Amino acid sequence: MKGTFPRIPSGCSITGILNKKAKRFSGADVIRSIRLMHDRSNGLGGGFAGYGIYPQYKDHYAFHLLYTNEASQHDTEYFLEKNFVIDRCEPIPTRPHPRITDTPMLWRYFLRVKPYVVEQFSSSHNRELVKSADEADAEKNFVVSQVMEINQKIGGAFVASSGKNMGVFKGVGFPEDIGEFYRVEEYEGYMWTSHGRFPTNTPGWWGGAHPFTILDWSVVHNGEISSYGINRRYLEAFGYHCTLQTDTEVIAYLFDLLHRRQGLSLENTCLALAAPFWKEIDRYPEPKREAVTAIRQVYGSAMLNGPFSLVVGFTGGMIGITDRIKLRPLVCGQKDEVVYLSSEESAIREICPAPDRVWTIRAGEPIIVKLEEGVQP
Amino acid sequence: MMRSLVSPDFLVKIDHRQCRRCKRCVQGCGFGALSFQDRVVPDNTRCVACQRCVAFCPEEAITVVRNPLAFKGNDYWTANDIKSIYKQAEAGGMLFTGMGNDRPYGSYFDRMVLDACQVTNPSIDPLREPMELRTYLGSKPNALEFVERAGGAGSGGPGADMAPLGATLATRLGPQVALETPIIFAAMSYGAISLQAHKALARAASLAGSLMNTGEGGLHKELYPYSDRIIVQVASGRFGVDQEYLDRGAAVEIKIGQGAKPGIGGHLPGEKVSQEVSQTRMIPEGSDALSPAPHHDIYSIEDLSQLIYALKEATRYSKPVGVKIAAVHNVAAIASGIARAGADFVYIDGFRGGTGAAPTMIRDNIGIPIEMAIAAVDDRLRLEGIRNQVTLVAAGGIRNSGDVAKAIALGADVVAIGTAALLAMGCHLCQKCNTGNCSWGIATQRPELTRRLETEEATERLVNLLRGWSLELKDFLGALGVNAIESLRGSRERLRGVGLNQVELDVLGIKPCGR
Ligand code: SF4
Ligand code: SF4
Repeated sequence: MKGTFPRIPSGCSITGILNKKAKRFSGADVIRSIRLMHDRSNGLGGGFAGYGIYPQYKDHYAFHLLYTNEASQHDTEYFLEKNFVIDRCEPIPTRPHPRITDTPMLWRYFLRVKPYVVEQFSSSHNRELVKSADEADAEKNFVVSQVMEINQKIGGAFVASSGKNMGVFKGVGFPEDIGEFYRVEEYEGYMWTSHGRFPTNTPGWWGGAHPFTILDWSVVHNGEISSYGINRRYLEAFGYHCTLQTDTEVIAYLFDLLHRRQGLSLENTCLALAAPFWKEIDRYPEPKREAVTAIRQVYGSAMLNGPFSLVVGFTGGMIGITDRIKLRPLVCGQKDEVVYLSSEESAIREICPAPDRVWTIRAGEPIIVKLEEGVQP
Repeated sequence: MMRSLVSPDFLVKIDHRQCRRCKRCVQGCGFGALSFQDRVVPDNTRCVACQRCVAFCPEEAITVVRNPLAFKGNDYWTANDIKSIYKQAEAGGMLFTGMGNDRPYGSYFDRMVLDACQVTNPSIDPLREPMELRTYLGSKPNALEFVERAGGAGSGGPGADMAPLGATLATRLGPQVALETPIIFAAMSYGAISLQAHKALARAASLAGSLMNTGEGGLHKELYPYSDRIIVQVASGRFGVDQEYLDRGAAVEIKIGQGAKPGIGGHLPGEKVSQEVSQTRMIPEGSDALSPAPHHDIYSIEDLSQLIYALKEATRYSKPVGVKIAAVHNVAAIASGIARAGADFVYIDGFRGGTGAAPTMIRDNIGIPIEMAIAAVDDRLRLEGIRNQVTLVAAGGIRNSGDVAKAIALGADVVAIGTAALLAMGCHLCQKCNTGNCSWGIATQRPELTRRLETEEATERLVNLLRGWSLELKDFLGALGVNAIESLRGSRERLRGVGLNQVELDVLGIKPCGR
């Protein structure tokens, strides 16, 4: 079933909440926030990413899997056992919900990579690894390859998330219903992002809902990446296979490639993905002009073009960013140590009636919020 | 003696009641097809349908018509085949021609359509929003490295809300030439075309932020003011190549082959080697300028690599050095070799590419369409992870901005136009450039003919063409919902095939329409 769906354009609502002191809070807030924007989605997809939700397994790769049949589960588990130590494996807890039907089998696994496999992998895949100086990175490259392989090769299996101490809960339905179905309010995290989807046509596939992830990157996205075709071809050269046929997927991979693997700072990664116009760049003082010019020259194929607003989550922070001419909305709010990002101000005020500050994000200029100095996620 | 069996291709009809006997047409014809003996007398056998007389007759007294079928109809033995045989039977030589392959092979450009946005992703209005066409010619690394600036926080450090660019660029990019539009002029030599035409190309390139290409004929002093907009070519004849020539170029191009005549050399007849041409090419006046088929110092990819680096050394690594090849069957592997040999750009010339003179059989029967070549090369370079290493310039039969957009969507960075540029200057595609008699003052060195090409006017027409196509490119981008050319480049998802079979679709890497 993979790769057979046509790409689906969609409009959407997005929300992100981060506590900069890493205080954990229930997923109930993010459900309320996204519920308010009910009308921005049409019941064909919703989802949540929670960070800090698995403190007891914080050093494990938490794999959330969707299976359409038992064979796919069997094949996936067989595949995982080869290279991972599975320290825990269980169905993801859900509750029956009147509006959530046709649910796939939902499982999660807490995994450690077996010691020797990374070395083997690194030596056989050298060419694709642009930069994998340290071991942790090499291990992550390996995990990426495993996710790609499951998504690409095991029919009926789909990895919803694969990061450490984070997890994605998504499916077909209105986001608030999906939240209730997954009992999201029972988890506590220091950061939550959420998405309500309005696809113009859908195969009703759970894997097609947001957030999209790779490792601990998660992306919720309102809009359409008109440059998807070249972004996808660019990523393929680096071993990322876009099997989900949805434009959002490329965003998560681009962050992984540019920031984690190639070592660009988050700021520079954002400059590559939502590059300033040449007219502006030409006016920058040196050496900034030279640097940003180089970013556009080198990463032109990574630039995201078309309407979008995004909330990108990663361990310890989140990024809010829009396309360079801001064809989709994004509002930022702040109250004490909590930062909010949302498609609508109302969705912030719904859970934080008196924010210290609320402002709209400027076109193409990223908001990068991280945990306060010294705070451990 | 038997009269020539070769019947005229065209008939010149003079309406003698309209004609006021001004003789303008007689002077205008570069091919000597008209003479005056108390009235205008055409010699049909010489007419090439360049339309100069028609365009300049003040009385609209001339029409040129195709000679109505002189042979019995035959779908296999065309009139062209029969006449060619007569010609060769009479003269015993090779057939020669000018301009590009005109055979009915069809066009893949005409079998591809572009996408547009509707509702879900809005189209962008190019009249209101910026649309960026800027493109850089030159090799780019796969990734950039930054070093942290003292006092700036590193990426990923917890709580580091650092200002953008809290780091300094550590990677040094190779030389880059900025183009304000991804359309440049193809290589055409002074000698093949007139100095007037050459100057017009250089000036237009300079005004439009584009590039012209000297071809293999050296660089005339009058083009020096525009040298930051000129690619200087080093071909197998090495005409006009010295240190100053290399220093004058914005980029250097090694010419291995040309779409119109892959695998064979060039020949500029001595008659065309005027004093000026001889000085520019650095060869004796009136001598034939022969470019050998291969470079006599390049018999392998290692040899090519040596020349690339010799030229880089000679120019102190200050400008991109590229290689031009004809699109042939194995073009992808060759291009990959060229990239690995150290070239900063690869220029691929498809089988529709024009020429000042080529053996007709070579032109019409060798090479592959540029569309397929772009797709194959772009795929191969990506597969090998070296796509960023070279700028891919595509040429050979680009007729309009639609072709440009499609070539870029297939994977070209830059598109070069030759024939289209000549047309802009007034060429009527009579395909007789090889005779040196161009009535339009373009493909000739005869002073009485070159004089009539006004450099000023030709420049303006070229600039207009680039401007028109660039505006149309921006319109394409807007319709596609993107506002920078790099978002179209290689984005084959935005192309669909019409009436192509599965193998062709696979090679082009596109889906059929409806999918
Ligand atoms: S240019 Fe026209 S009017 Fe003048 S001589 Fe020729 S046919 Fe007659
Ligand atoms: S350049 Fe002159 S000779 Fe060549 S095709 Fe054009 S009009 Fe004819």
